[in-house]
Amino acid sequence: MNKSGSWIFFIIAGVVIFVLLGLHMMIQHLDGILGIFNPAGGSALDWDNVIYRSKSGFFTFTYIILLAAALYHGFYGLRTIVFEMGPRKQVERVWTAFFWAVGIVLFIVGTYAAIAVRTVETAL
Amino acid sequence: MENNKRYDNHLELLGWAIGGKWGIERYLYTLHRITGVGILLFFVIHIFASSGRVFGPESWKVTMIVLQNPVFKIGEAFVFIGFAFHALNGIRLILIELGFMVGKPEQPVYPYQSSLDVQRSLRIAVMVIAGIIIVVGGIDIFFLA
Repeated sequence: MNKSGSWIFFIIAGVVIFVLLGLHMMIQHLDGILGIFNPAGGSALDWDNVIYRSKSGFFTFTYIILLAAALYHGFYGLRTIVFEMGPRKQVERVWTAFFWAVGIVLFIVGTYAAIAVRTVETAL
Repeated sequence: MENNKRYDNHLELLGWAIGGKWGIERYLYTLHRITGVGILLFFVIHIFASSGRVFGPESWKVTMIVLQNPVFKIGEAFVFIGFAFHALNGIRLILIELGFMVGKPEQPVYPYQSSLDVQRSLRIAVMVIAGIIIVVGGIDIFFLA
């Protein structure tokens, strides 16, 4: 992908994060005020609420999309900062490969968890 | 040598603080980067911590006991502040990048109108919204959760 193409993806990923992370923050950190998607009441981190969202197809799908968008946006941003330090071209390529490798590993871990949790026993 | 010429004026990380007399814009830029790196760092930890739910309710309970530590509560507030600032400032940057809120092109007639002046209202608006979100989030995190 050329430079402007990857930059446009960075911006699109930012907008996707704005929407999905906005929802995530409302559910997780404004649970006392809003209490949305927490059917068992109480904290958003109570197991019953966590497993309710984890088993929902909508949340599984959006978690994976958010994971991909946030990893891409985050590591692209970090790469930009590193590149501004003025490394040589060869070193830039090593950084790019490194960030891709770390991002892919994290994506696999997060995606595995988002899918595997759907088969976990719900009872505490 | 060629590399030096390419980055003739770069100040490395010092440029985040003293890179130009651009006022608040420079510090929003710096804060955007600091919050971005902070959120990414948190995100990596968050992926592993929340993935622990695949081990079932008992394992989750242990994670939650650890997260009840006040240090994590303060950490949660910092992440929320970072998110609110980075998200709103990011929207401002995208709007400006796409050519919104920068004013119409004008002839360069004295006194010159800087597009930075035109953006002031957008800058103030997003910071006020970010501030409101931070206050609401703070109330929820410290008093209602």
